[in-house]
Amino acid sequence: MAEIRKATGFIDWLDQRLAVNKFIKVMMTEYWIPKNINFLWAMGVVLMVLFMVLIVSGIFLLMYYKPDIKLAFDSVNYTIMQEVEYGWLWRHIHGVSASVIFLVIYIHMFTGIYYGSYKKGREIIWLTGMALFGMFSAEAFSGYMLPWGQMSYWAAQVITNLFGGIPFIGESLVVWIRGDFLVADATLTRFFMLHVLLLPLVILLLIAVHFYSLRVPHVNNQESEEFDFEDEAKKYLTGQKVESKVVPFWPVFLSKDFFVVGVALTIFFYLVCFHYDFAMDPINFEPANNMKTPAHIYPEWYFLWSYEVLRGFFFDIGGVAAMDIGLAAFGFANVIFMLLPFLDRNTDHVAPAHKRPLFFVWFWLLLIDMIVLTVYGKLPPTGNNAWVGFGATITFLVLFILLPIITKMEANCKCNTGGCK
Amino acid sequence: MRELKILAVVIFFTAVVYWGVEPFAHSQMHPHVAPADFAFKDLGVNSKKGDAAKGAETFMSAGCIGCHGVSSQGMAAPMDHASASASFGVVPPDLSTAGAIYDKNFLAALIKDPTKALKVEHKFNESRPHPMIAFFGLGGDIDQEIADIVAYLQSIAPVTPMSDKQVFADACQRCHDIKYDKLMSTTDKEALKAYMGTVPPDLSMMIRSKGTEYLTTFINNPQKQLVGTSMPRVGLSEKAQNQVIAYMEKVGDSKKAEREDLGYKLIGYMVLFTLLAYAWKVKIWREVH
Amino acid sequence: MAVETSRRDFIGMAFGGFAAAGGVIALGAMKKTWDPLPSVQSAGFITVDLSSMKEGEVQTIQWRGKPIFILKKSADMPKNEKRDVIAAGNTYAVMIGLCTHLGCIPTWAPATKQFKCACHGGQFDASGVNTFGPPPRPMDIPPFKIDGAKLVLGEEGPEYKKLVPKKA
Repeated sequence: MAEIRKATGFIDWLDQRLAVNKFIKVMMTEYWIPKNINFLWAMGVVLMVLFMVLIVSGIFLLMYYKPDIKLAFDSVNYTIMQEVEYGWLWRHIHGVSASVIFLVIYIHMFTGIYYGSYKKGREIIWLTGMALFGMFSAEAFSGYMLPWGQMSYWAAQVITNLFGGIPFIGESLVVWIRGDFLVADATLTRFFMLHVLLLPLVILLLIAVHFYSLRVPHVNNQESEEFDFEDEAKKYLTGQKVESKVVPFWPVFLSKDFFVVGVALTIFFYLVCFHYDFAMDPINFEPANNMKTPAHIYPEWYFLWSYEVLRGFFFDIGGVAAMDIGLAAFGFANVIFMLLPFLDRNTDHVAPAHKRPLFFVWFWLLLIDMIVLTVYGKLPPTGNNAWVGFGATITFLVLFILLPIITKMEANCKCNTGGCK
Repeated sequence: MRELKILAVVIFFTAVVYWGVEPFAHSQMHPHVAPADFAFKDLGVNSKKGDAAKGAETFMSAGCIGCHGVSSQGMAAPMDHASASASFGVVPPDLSTAGAIYDKNFLAALIKDPTKALKVEHKFNESRPHPMIAFFGLGGDIDQEIADIVAYLQSIAPVTPMSDKQVFADACQRCHDIKYDKLMSTTDKEALKAYMGTVPPDLSMMIRSKGTEYLTTFINNPQKQLVGTSMPRVGLSEKAQNQVIAYMEKVGDSKKAEREDLGYKLIGYMVLFTLLAYAWKVKIWREVH
Repeated sequence: MAVETSRRDFIGMAFGGFAAAGGVIALGAMKKTWDPLPSVQSAGFITVDLSSMKEGEVQTIQWRGKPIFILKKSADMPKNEKRDVIAAGNTYAVMIGLCTHLGCIPTWAPATKQFKCACHGGQFDASGVNTFGPPPRPMDIPPFKIDGAKLVLGEEGPEYKKLVPKKA
């Protein structure tokens, strides 16, 4: 045990007991980030800020929300929206940030794909990131049920019904998940528990692992350049700040992030106060009615691409029911991103997509295809829409089947230093 | 500059997704309808000039008060709400303010042919007659007689402007609740369910679920937005209808003014925050570039 | 020394195994806590009087939280021996009014004599058989019993067993 001396001041007193100086060095002032990065590297901090915003606004909503199908709708729409001082603000903030956070997650994700930040030592970062995506999806879905409006109810009905497609246990599994034959009070209370306790705990834990897993292989940079972080850190500490390829997390990296966060929050508050319908569907301001299906049921925008993969197959193929194929494709879509580091067979070569010609094409095709899926996932699935959805679904599946092949070709090309035809 | 190029790419794809899932998708799901017609052109025009004094007599002889009350003139409704619900399916309106809130043209057409004016011909026919009996005239020129009745109703309508809530109560509360403002339908719920096929929805949050634009065309002509609905056309004048919507907004979106006011402040604060953050960033990065 | 180690191994493994068994039992308890409550499970039995229905009319009633469509078939609607319910000489179509795709409630379109699902465009004929779109099978028939001109939902009568063979 370290010797405890008479403290020279409060910080020293704390330092002897908590090693705060060391802690701040490790976490902030000597946590090294590459210098050659752009604003896309700020998305992690933006996500963290939005997550904090969700927690804080959620705490205030939790003070007045009542998880009971008889009370839920009015506790949200009357108590919180009309009576509580700034209740509307917390709700709008909560709803809008839940939607916007997915946009930032997608940007964060596609940044990682573009710059190859998911492989060669960074697999765990990618895997925990995708696990976070999954948990945020569950969090969004369970939260969407709570106001107990028409869309809450019918989205819950449709999504829990998906489990009915699992062979043998499907039907009883659906009843087990719901706690009733239909989405009912028991369903609301258990999803309330998931939303406010279990899932946030898991998310916090995953965030910790996600951050920790960043420490060992270090943050990637714009050119995917590999260099010795310790050497560069030494340079920085000896005053060669301009020559060094790294900057400390605090204050250099964060000073740029705060600026990006400022821009993001400016747009965010515009959305919260003036343009919120995209995140708070008007249909959900009608109380849930299990005997009346809304004319159009669609999930929130961030689930649309996988929803469209689910319903892309609208006809039976070779005796297999359309619904089962759709469910299999949906399952595929939800795990395939997880496997990305292992589907990329050019394992040793980390480079931004514009230096990988085949991968570059693959990347933009994937992005465009997912946008097509997203847009058609909301439209009524009739006539031409159904065929576009089918085509985009097939494209999605084919793209991921092709990925190992094209990355293998790329690896065999031995042209990683450029000059490949 | 590279960062700006990247920013442009991010903005472009975000905008395409937004356009696809919001304006484009909604235009596909909710086809645009013609704007509200407050002249009720489909009902024709009664060009006769009404005489309020004669109208008062016609009003009494036509038997209107067999069902309707005119409380401002000391004529109570012949039945209480419960028995009126049971006999008619819905409580007949008190006509004290009818001349003020309903369009003149609409009132004339309504008296002559209720199912047509109300646009409920798909529900009511000879085998199931509408509870309001059409006025067949007293023997003279029927259009003149109707114009007189309308003139009479307008003459007894309140002179001072009515409150938004009062317009709502007179126009909508016979069937609809606004429970967030403790207004409950005057008609009994069971009777309403039998009469309308379903209990008409509570309108507390309707302003948020439907929005002003939809409500404007819907109240003016429900069939336009919801073919086959059992809700009748209400026939409100443009001013009265705007008052109804304003009232719904007061109840269901009561913090709108606060939201918009605070919106400017929050955005203003964040703009300053961003500028300061930028200045600080430039200062810090000067050392490392 | 070797004896020492193996004994320690044995004790350690016994302790680990015992703890794991406790964990599994606790998981079982947690699973059961998620089960539907007895009050929810106890079947609702509903008796519907069919004698007052008109031909071509569709009646929707709620049973165990699900909508049940009862259609009294008119002469011009095709019969379907595998699904029709005969009560007091009249033919009815009885089905759980949930689309077999993802559980939305289809609506009856009298003009075309079809049930149409607004969610994903599925269509069913007057007997509840899927004719278009994603639904994988006809709408389900709820367990019922015929009692004169009355229909009892929730009980499996001989007429029901004839229509729906026992699940394998």
